[in-house]
Amino acid sequence: MSPTFSIDTATVRRIATLARIEVTDAELSTWAEQLSGIMGWIEQLKEVNTDGVAPMSGGTDLKLTLRPDVVTDGDMVDQVLANATEAQDGFFTVPKMVE
Amino acid sequence: MSYIIKGQTGDWEVVIGLEVHAQVTTKAKLFSGAPTDFGAGPNTQVSFIDAGMPGMLPVLNAFAVEQAVKTGLGLKAKINRRSVFARKNYFYADLPQGYQISQYDQPIVGEGTIILDMPEGSRNIGIERLHLEQDAGKLVHDMHATKSFVDLNRAGVALMEIVSKPDLRSPEEAGAYLRKLRAILRYLGTCDGNMEEGSMRCDANVSVRPVGSTELRTRCEIKNVNSVRFVMMAIDHEAKRHVEVYESGGAIQQETRLYDSARNETRSMRSKEMAHDYRYFPDPDLLPVELDEAFVADLEKNLPELPDDKKARFQKAYGLTAYDADVLVSEKENALYFEDVAKGRDPKQAANWVISNLFGVLNKQGVGILESPVSAKNLGRLIDLIADSTISGRQAKEAFEAMVESGKDTDTIIAEKGLKQITDTGPIEAAIDQIMAANADKVEQYRSGKEQLMGWFVGQVMKATQGKANPALCGDLLKKKLAQ
Repeated sequence: MSPTFSIDTATVRRIATLARIEVTDAELSTWAEQLSGIMGWIEQLKEVNTDGVAPMSGGTDLKLTLRPDVVTDGDMVDQVLANATEAQDGFFTVPKMVE
Repeated sequence: MSYIIKGQTGDWEVVIGLEVHAQVTTKAKLFSGAPTDFGAGPNTQVSFIDAGMPGMLPVLNAFAVEQAVKTGLGLKAKINRRSVFARKNYFYADLPQGYQISQYDQPIVGEGTIILDMPEGSRNIGIERLHLEQDAGKLVHDMHATKSFVDLNRAGVALMEIVSKPDLRSPEEAGAYLRKLRAILRYLGTCDGNMEEGSMRCDANVSVRPVGSTELRTRCEIKNVNSVRFVMMAIDHEAKRHVEVYESGGAIQQETRLYDSARNETRSMRSKEMAHDYRYFPDPDLLPVELDEAFVADLEKNLPELPDDKKARFQKAYGLTAYDADVLVSEKENALYFEDVAKGRDPKQAANWVISNLFGVLNKQGVGILESPVSAKNLGRLIDLIADSTISGRQAKEAFEAMVESGKDTDTIIAEKGLKQITDTGPIEAAIDQIMAANADKVEQYRSGKEQLMGWFVGQVMKATQGKANPALCGDLLKKKLAQ
């Protein structure tokens, strides 16, 4: 079937930028076509009658689990920074960013 | 209408809405067990959840929920029995997850009200909503020439974002709103309200319109202004800028601006690219928050007395003026101090001592009531000593100054300075007799009608008793003796 909801290459570029994913011009049309296909599948779901059914925010009937307000974590700078490429004096560092 | 900007084309009014980020008073973070204390070494209060490590799952802090609901109740707001956490997606170096867990279309608290006491009368300011969200980390830009440093201690700390309706019409109202909100939060114990440490931060949405119009024009958002005074100055500046732009034929762009307090101006933040496309969606790691009725009812039943109620009670129970009551309830600790002093004493006199004398000293020293050099107990004792005529009002002032200076207790100061008032008639009569004997001419003049000499006689008696004679008693005795 042909997708009723199509995504153009400009939209793909915008989504890629927002998600910080590098996409070449050559790839754009491929992604546009595939994403449009996915949207087509989602469009099909609209055929199901959901009148009076509340939108779902979780996948189960479980109740939210809560934690008590107790300090149980932290105090492990070395582990937190273990994978940081240029940690210094207990800080992560990144290329300078000033408004 | 008190705040009007006089433009060349006519009068303008300002429309202001405030977004306050208030750090929720909790021991642990919103979704992790890491601590929230201010001022710890960099990254020492960070869990793998806060650092956005793969595979870590957030678990909601029950007390943060309680605090948010309590705040909602204090703002007379609708508590939403079901609310949903959503992801707000953006990339920034202080946000390791790549999204902030916040609430979007289903916040935990809905519409409420804050009442402001303005000189023109009281004003009801609408609250749009209150939601829970995570704070971001802190960036330090001045430690290296080419790098920014990232401290995630604050990342994941629980915040309440409290959004007002665009109901504020002047910088003064905005200031009053912030002070009142801060007082309510502090009474509730849900946020310490410390703007300097960043536990209360404010963004202001500002637009202007011609007086008489009801339109809402394009607004600018002024970010993160860190004191009430600066919020007021930033709004005033921004409103005038809008009027200038409109009157010179320009248009206002919706944008985020930064306030520079050193120059008293706002300037455009060269904004993060497409920063406003946050692509919110329900966080799949968290289920909706469901509150049962009993939980909310229990919090409501145990709510402390809030500023408005306390003010009303102070006026009714103690007969204070609206102004005095307002001053006393603005800080919970001040109200407590006053009630300690007023207990079993003349409340108006207590209020007078606290407001006129003590607050004057505290303001001058730049300290709060908790650091007061004079305790409520000692101030109360001083008032008792005036009431039972042990000391005069003038001596009390002298003792008070010495107490402020030394921090010593009332009785010690009175004893050290020998401030006891003489209320025995004996010594006063003796002094009077002596003075009359030595000044027979003056006695004669008084008796022949020169009654203004009474002042001189009182002065002499006070001098002879080193100022300790009870002035009223002194006057009575003199009158009697001079008449004989």
